[in-house]
Amino acid sequence: MDDRESVLFRPIEATGRGFYLTVGLLTLIIAWAAYAYSRQLATGLGVTGLNRPVYWGVYITNFVFFIGISHAGTLVSAILRVFDAEWRRPITRAAEAITVFALILGTGNIMIDMGRPDRLLEFLRHGRLQSPLVWDVISVTIYLTASITYLYLPLIPDMAILRDRPGLSQWRRRLYTKLSLGWTGTEEQKHRLERLIGIMAVLIIPIAVTVHTVVSWVFAMTVQPMWHSTIFGPYFVIGAIFSGIATLIIVMVILRRAFNLYDYITEKHFSNLGLLLLIFAFLWAYFTFSEYLTEFYGNEPAGMRVLFAKLTEEFSPLFWAMWLFNFIIPFIVLSNRRTRTVTGTVITSLLINVGMWIERYNIVVPTLTRPRLPSPVAAYLPTWVEWSLLIGSLAMFALLYVLFSKIFPIVSIWEVREGEEIAAMHVPAAHVEEAGAD
Amino acid sequence: MPRWGMVIDLDRCVACQACTAACRAENNVAFAGPESSELGRAIFWHEVLSEVEGEYPNVRGTFIPRPCMHCDNPPCVRVCPVGATYQNEEGLVLQRYERCIGCRYCMVACPYAVRYFNWYTPEWPEGMDRYRNPDVPVRPKGIVEKCTFCSHRLPVPACNQACPGNARFFGDLDDPDSVVSQLARGPRAFRLLEDLGTEPKVYYLREGA
Repeated sequence: MDDRESVLFRPIEATGRGFYLTVGLLTLIIAWAAYAYSRQLATGLGVTGLNRPVYWGVYITNFVFFIGISHAGTLVSAILRVFDAEWRRPITRAAEAITVFALILGTGNIMIDMGRPDRLLEFLRHGRLQSPLVWDVISVTIYLTASITYLYLPLIPDMAILRDRPGLSQWRRRLYTKLSLGWTGTEEQKHRLERLIGIMAVLIIPIAVTVHTVVSWVFAMTVQPMWHSTIFGPYFVIGAIFSGIATLIIVMVILRRAFNLYDYITEKHFSNLGLLLLIFAFLWAYFTFSEYLTEFYGNEPAGMRVLFAKLTEEFSPLFWAMWLFNFIIPFIVLSNRRTRTVTGTVITSLLINVGMWIERYNIVVPTLTRPRLPSPVAAYLPTWVEWSLLIGSLAMFALLYVLFSKIFPIVSIWEVREGEEIAAMHVPAAHVEEAGAD
Repeated sequence: MPRWGMVIDLDRCVACQACTAACRAENNVAFAGPESSELGRAIFWHEVLSEVEGEYPNVRGTFIPRPCMHCDNPPCVRVCPVGATYQNEEGLVLQRYERCIGCRYCMVACPYAVRYFNWYTPEWPEGMDRYRNPDVPVRPKGIVEKCTFCSHRLPVPACNQACPGNARFFGDLDDPDSVVSQLARGPRAFRLLEDLGTEPKVYYLREGA
């Protein structure tokens, strides 16, 4: 058992060339994005492709996209925990870390979009509760606080395990001692921790739903055609969990290979999450179809102009790519047990993330290009600054993740141990070894 | 307390754009330059919208001078996160330049697209900067600006004063005897996108009626 577990400590105890290469490459990309942003700060938002009437573009799309993938953690670590799905144990922390870092990047993109980021504190000084953007600020702040707490709580016993582990450097020992809060693993402590985690798991689900609902309401509360929709709240939440699961699958395959976690992150995880992905592909398709059919049948002129911009005009390649990536390919690959393999789910997940980014872009931009009053035909072409900041955001997300997994065990050690104990109690002795991973 | 409103008689409007030019000079609207203009980044607090209907030879053109509508129920004010855009007690929808954070939420919420963003630091060609109006502040980059109904020179907005055809009227809509409220009650009066419930305070008098 201890031999098997040693892979969980290896990323913390040993640093290979791969780590430095990855960090170096990511830092380079982020430095490039920082340069792009410095151009924007110095010159103004004129360095983007934004204009009148397309006032919002890639940055707002990134904001919705990152807030969306933050739902990975909540789904796996909270929903699956509440339902006591045993197989979740090795991937809960990986999922919850996605939540925290995606939220940071989502918030960051809103700040990048601001014309005057130096006036951020006006939110505190003059924030108006009537503004959906303030609903966002409040709910995202609560979500981030709750997510960090929820990431930290199950870390406490692992911090104690690391604190007591011989051979770690001085600063690590000090850090782990502080973070373990004097954990010794008594029954009393275990009981309290379980209770707290249980409360947080239940609390964080409505918070997560609120966050993405409110993000959708930034659009839905306006009277603009194809934004002013009553189903936007649930539609965005479904899309968020959809892209969240896809992101988790991508993260899982990377962790599995980089840290040699084949014993912990198994094919069953990919297959199970692949099935969940399939369910959400159906839900996404259902919401999207309802939304567009209702708009079409109502035949309201302002809405029809936006609708046909997507169906047949300049946004149609993106619109149909979105259907291909978010529904057709996932449906074909994931509904068949023979293609719902590790490779199958990972490729599908990559496409879904591209598809969901396009979906958000297709919600933000087309409406703005078709204002109600006559206006010169509006076109929007994102510039190198906007693309750099998208790639930089992704790199920053990856870097935060890499650094996190360098300091903290990315698989929750005590939870996996606990799962193995439970499995040992229920399964005949001969099968313990295979069942342990599941 | 007056409730300022405007009436524009489309029968008298010849689409000469004197209103647009006067507005730019009065309100220190910066020069965008050809490159920015092509991208749709030029700022026009007042604009003359044109629409062509039908096909040659049965064509009909419509021109609609468009200041800010100064809605009684303004969607822009409702969504602003920091109260940078607000409605004053005389019904004007105004912008606090020193507070605006540049999120552009008011712009996407305005159905009339009357709001403008400073994509760059405003610039004037050599010499033109000497003709700036000292009564109106110059706006920095990164914030939103819009028509104020010339709040600094009420009750005579620059666009109205410049109109050569006497097509524009301005006054107190709450005074039943004022020219604007009489015209606004008339059978030719209509407002833009009235069905959105924004209650604009700019009335138009239908042409050819």
